[in-house]
Amino acid sequence: MPIDKDIKKVLIIGSGPIQIGQAAEFDYSGSQACKSLREEGIETVLVNSNPATIQTDIDMADTVYTEPLTPELVAKIIEKENIDGILPTMGGQTGLNITTRLGDLGLIDGIKVLGNDVDTIKDVEDRDLFAEFMDRLNEPIPKCRAVESVEEAIEAVEEIGYPVIVRPAFTLGGTGGGVAHNEEELIEIASHGIDMSFINQVLIDESVLGWKEIEFEVMRDKDDTCIIVCSMENVDPMGIHTGESVVVAPAQCLNDQEVGALRDASIKIIRALGIRGGCNIQFAFNPENGDYKVIEVNPRVSRSSALASKATGYPIAKISSKVALGLTLDEIKNDITKDTPASFEPTIDYVVVKIPRWPFDKFRGISREIGVQMKATGEVMAIGRTFEEAFQKSIRSLDMCYEGFEYMDYTEDDLAHPTDLRFFQIYSALKDGMDINKIQELTKMDVFFLYKIKNIVDFENDVTLEKLQDPEYFRKAKQMGLSNKTLANLTGETEEYIKNLANRFNVKRSFKLVDTCAGEFEAKTPYYYSTYDEGNELTVSNKKKIVILGAGPIRIGQGIEFDYCCVHSSLALKEENIETILINNNPETVSTDYDISDKLFFEQLNFEDVMGVIEQENPDGVIVQFGGQTSINLSVPLANAGVKILGTPYESIDRVEDRELFADLLNKLHISQAPYGLANSFEEAKEVAERITFPVLVRPSYVIGGRAMEIVYDNNELEEYMKEAVKVSPEHPILVDKFLEDAIELDVDLLCDGEDVFIAGIMEHIEEAGVHSGDSACVIPPQTIPTHILDTIREHSTKLALELGVKGLMNIQYAVKLDEEMVYIIEANPRASRTVPFVSKAIGIPLAKVATWIMTGSKLKDFDLTKEIKIDHVAVKEAVFPFLKLPESDTVLGPEMKSTGESIGIDENFGMAFYKSQLSAGMDLPKEGKIFISVKKQDRKKIKPIAAKAKELGFELIATGGTADATGDSDIEKIKKVSQGSPNIRDAILNKEIDLIINTSEGKQSAKDGYIIRRLAIELGIPYVTTLAGARAALNAIAAVQNNKINVKSLNEYVEEI
Amino acid sequence: MKKQAKLALEDGTILKGEGFGYETTKVGEVVFSTGMGGYTESLTDPSAKGAILMSTYPVEGNYGVCEDWYQSDKIQVEGFVVREVCKHVSNFSYQKTLDDFLTEFKVPGISGIDTRDLTLKIREYGTLKGAISTEEIDDDELIALARDQSDDVGSELVKLVSTKEIQQFSEDFDKKVAILDCGVKKSVIQEFLQRDIGVVVFPYDTDYKTILDYDPKGLLVSPGPGNPDSIVESITTIQKLANRLPVFGICSGQQLIAKSFGAKSFKMKFGHRGGNQPVRDLETGKVYITSQSHGFTIDKESLKGTGLELTQINLNDGTPEGIGHEELPILGIQYRPEATPGPNDTKFVFDDFSKMMDDY
Repeated sequence: MPIDKDIKKVLIIGSGPIQIGQAAEFDYSGSQACKSLREEGIETVLVNSNPATIQTDIDMADTVYTEPLTPELVAKIIEKENIDGILPTMGGQTGLNITTRLGDLGLIDGIKVLGNDVDTIKDVEDRDLFAEFMDRLNEPIPKCRAVESVEEAIEAVEEIGYPVIVRPAFTLGGTGGGVAHNEEELIEIASHGIDMSFINQVLIDESVLGWKEIEFEVMRDKDDTCIIVCSMENVDPMGIHTGESVVVAPAQCLNDQEVGALRDASIKIIRALGIRGGCNIQFAFNPENGDYKVIEVNPRVSRSSALASKATGYPIAKISSKVALGLTLDEIKNDITKDTPASFEPTIDYVVVKIPRWPFDKFRGISREIGVQMKATGEVMAIGRTFEEAFQKSIRSLDMCYEGFEYMDYTEDDLAHPTDLRFFQIYSALKDGMDINKIQELTKMDVFFLYKIKNIVDFENDVTLEKLQDPEYFRKAKQMGLSNKTLANLTGETEEYIKNLANRFNVKRSFKLVDTCAGEFEAKTPYYYSTYDEGNELTVSNKKKIVILGAGPIRIGQGIEFDYCCVHSSLALKEENIETILINNNPETVSTDYDISDKLFFEQLNFEDVMGVIEQENPDGVIVQFGGQTSINLSVPLANAGVKILGTPYESIDRVEDRELFADLLNKLHISQAPYGLANSFEEAKEVAERITFPVLVRPSYVIGGRAMEIVYDNNELEEYMKEAVKVSPEHPILVDKFLEDAIELDVDLLCDGEDVFIAGIMEHIEEAGVHSGDSACVIPPQTIPTHILDTIREHSTKLALELGVKGLMNIQYAVKLDEEMVYIIEANPRASRTVPFVSKAIGIPLAKVATWIMTGSKLKDFDLTKEIKIDHVAVKEAVFPFLKLPESDTVLGPEMKSTGESIGIDENFGMAFYKSQLSAGMDLPKEGKIFISVKKQDRKKIKPIAAKAKELGFELIATGGTADATGDSDIEKIKKVSQGSPNIRDAILNKEIDLIINTSEGKQSAKDGYIIRRLAIELGIPYVTTLAGARAALNAIAAVQNNKINVKSLNEYVEEI
Repeated sequence: MKKQAKLALEDGTILKGEGFGYETTKVGEVVFSTGMGGYTESLTDPSAKGAILMSTYPVEGNYGVCEDWYQSDKIQVEGFVVREVCKHVSNFSYQKTLDDFLTEFKVPGISGIDTRDLTLKIREYGTLKGAISTEEIDDDELIALARDQSDDVGSELVKLVSTKEIQQFSEDFDKKVAILDCGVKKSVIQEFLQRDIGVVVFPYDTDYKTILDYDPKGLLVSPGPGNPDSIVESITTIQKLANRLPVFGICSGQQLIAKSFGAKSFKMKFGHRGGNQPVRDLETGKVYITSQSHGFTIDKESLKGTGLELTQINLNDGTPEGIGHEELPILGIQYRPEATPGPNDTKFVFDDFSKMMDDY
């Protein structure tokens, strides 16, 4: 028996809410870990404060905790559950940090840490220890020195050598660094940097800018067997975070000796660290002479390991978990071949390209420049037989309306200062005939990749309608990754024409298998990608089968919640013995795990590509409800192509998305909505706004995650908005709604089978209407809404669902004006919403599964889901924001969604549940100390009770002049604004005098003062709230935690009590 | 100008693609290698003589060709089959493109082939005889050429790649190893020289006395092409030396040792070619990732009663990867510890043999 017999119960630490740099990849790895350990007969306990991941489903682990990921609470769980071992390597940096903290605090003495020792983690996490460690191994790393004066900087460079990168340690927004090529530049940059740094320190790094970045995914078991799962090459040069880079697998431009050298180094490092499991090693590689330096070692699964797993079919997290338990690689089977062992190296016979997905559409006005700081929220992957094909497929997968490379304006400066658009700009420069060597000089990208893009440019330049009449030429075009739409544009023909041409020539897409072994062994796992080589490996069964469309890349507004639903749907269909076919392109998520569905197609979610699968599979139906707006947008084109859409009739989508049809529907059902109008021009918008009176909420008519939505208060703002908005969506008019000030927003998630309606959850938002529902905290059950209002909401929801013939899930948003006793509907979406996993967990019902069963003919009655479920606990969902990662961003909330993820807090009462949700979202609310308050004019009249409550809780208060006066409390200390001279609030914050910041300001006019305060809070990690409702809830939470101990309780226990 | 090329298989299949390299027609056995790099090394490996090599990785030639990477003085394969040849090369050490490299050594290449599809075919039916042409040629004629090859070529191929004269490297080292050259790679010689062991390379048919005259401390039987059955001269020499010197056999060298003790080898369905094969050492239980390139292997059962014993096995299919002898200092390894191409993880095998020579 290879497994350590003392280990019977293992705690898996999750990574918490989705944030930039720590996202869905840990949803995937943690879920795999749970499954993998259970397969070995281990009892699993999971802790993760993320409600949206499938990991925190109670059937994923034996016991699931959604408690905040703090060492103290995790220690409580360890004690309560009598844990034998901890698996820290599946929860990203969070998992490692908590484990080292637990170790430092002596809270895990006698408990086995699986996979890694705490010391190993420190050897690679601590900058100095890492340098020492690599020195012992004789492996080179870039030299780095921290200095506090210009003299020291000069001295440091004598050792390091020019060029160097100078980075101020700790500045506002990470600004003030630069590259110094000589002493003159060094003096200038270093002295400026020292001034900018809050601690007057700059870091001098040896420059490897412009080198290549190469990654190796390595595995090791306790017998010292080591394998390389995958090599990956960043298309972007060093200086751009690997999470920001386009990455290709396997590495393309290294010769056998170079691969050998990096491989040997990787194995040496993982052996020296004694890791049992997976490890990611990043190298800078000098393309001029083959030198390399070790940049980073991650002794855990990572974003790259998720990518490598999907790119090769080798499930790193799953195997790592088993290896951590003590199994050796040769004792574990390769899932794909079923009869060869996991102790081999995957070899691939295709090209994989990954592209990050950035949130710049949500943060207008901030710099799109990419660099060492990760800004992307998600990524897409595509597989092709050529680099060109894989790259173009990957671009299409972004779901940003690109058909592939597209021409856009650029300058040489753009090429030298990369943004998310750099590849389009390179393509455009090539199209304009710019010399490839010049582009190489500007971008520092390997010419290998530039020539590949040029191949596409050359091909496109060559395409004519006449040439396309040759079937071989046509096939070549498809092998270049050109979509029918692109070919139509290039030839001036219609897409339909191109499609017919393809049919006539019988140039069909073929599907090939991802099999870990380049065809050497038979693959048993149907994991497919499409290409235009002739050999087609797709085998179609004659079983009943259903296609589920995924949600594509994780982005703001469309997060892992949708992936969660797709996975549930697939599992539900499997239980019904229906063959499940999943189409998605996100390498980070559980849905693209090859053992979730009967068949996985790693494909773009465009009409042409989805039809490519459907035409060959000929499924009994397609489910579009779970993939967010991505799949919903396909429902009409698919239905028009004769594909059966399961569940809610697709016409109903139009009835709620088209404003006029929606208004008719509401009239018919006697449901109120805020006054509104449609506008195609500024004049029209102005007319509407004047009719319904300002403030108004403006947005394009088709929206996802509140894109380009804004509250405007006057004509000037409206005009400005119209200028920008028209670009967003030219085919659809702008919606102008009356903005309901001081309304409370509610969300309803319900199930309907066409006859009955099950109200799954009514969520009361904490932040007032006007803050995007995805950004607002919310609570189940509602805390302040009278029963009769809730009854109205139930009644409206039921009527609407039945009228629309909903079969499956629907989400409805309401705004309630308590003073007027009015309920207004804001919007209705006949599909799964982002709150489905949260509600499912709060009430203990797998909503997405039930929705799927309804779509295949079951009734709510079959599941006894007739009455709303009453819960005794309170569940709070809080949004988690990427402000720290986006240096220029402001933290003020509005109708545009900005959050990347969410946390959950569950407890007996609202205060404690809210406290937990905040802690999980990174807001460690203080129990005592000093609160700074500064609110906008409209809020002053409401600040008095808040200030009084804070005082009652024992806090000292400090406020800006106007706010202090508004409280009517003369004891409150007044402090100057930043613009009023010093000493001011900035100094107080920097001196760490402030423990909580309450700061509200008016949307766009937000004064510079407010911005500086909020940015400082972000950078210094000081808890802050930017709405009054948030402030009230925070004080409520503080009161709860002052009086009570924080207890841990599993989700299983809460569900049992229902 | 793009030129047409064809690949014909013995089963009558004709695959059309684009030609590169030299304009000519060649015949050989179509085999696939799953390595993702190292094409220069594979193409110049003498044991690939007689093969039409196909890469399963779809883009080849990305980093060009450098003469330092050659494993012999020329390209040994009969033809190269790829999905795509990279035209714009990137690597600081490259001297020529893959296309020019093939042209230089008069070897034809074909690109634009669905190599995965062909790999699956070979997986199903086994290695196929083939003919590759970058010239104007009739389909039927090319198929006939593919079919018209003798099945088990062996000594003819070895004759072509083995040294004609005895060659010495670093004669001044005290410790010397004799290499019986059935198609030795440069990197094998390098491995010895790096360990301060002099090397004397002998033609494959050298008699044992000539070898002993050079006073080597051990004998290495090199890898080589073709069916080991027919290389009788080498087998005889090994028989004579096996109780006089420590003997180390790599790849087909291991099979020749086995034969000299009376064991048998057989042709595998499609062989092992690539850099990812897992091997277990039966004594230590350790698992290694190895580089391999062979189409024949030892019949495990036939080892019984020969005094030879199995020491290592392949974890994918259980085939023998290493042999030893009950009494004699014999080390047989089926994989390629010298790497180039592929993982360097088993280079310690050369240390093991060096120690064997010291201990003898």
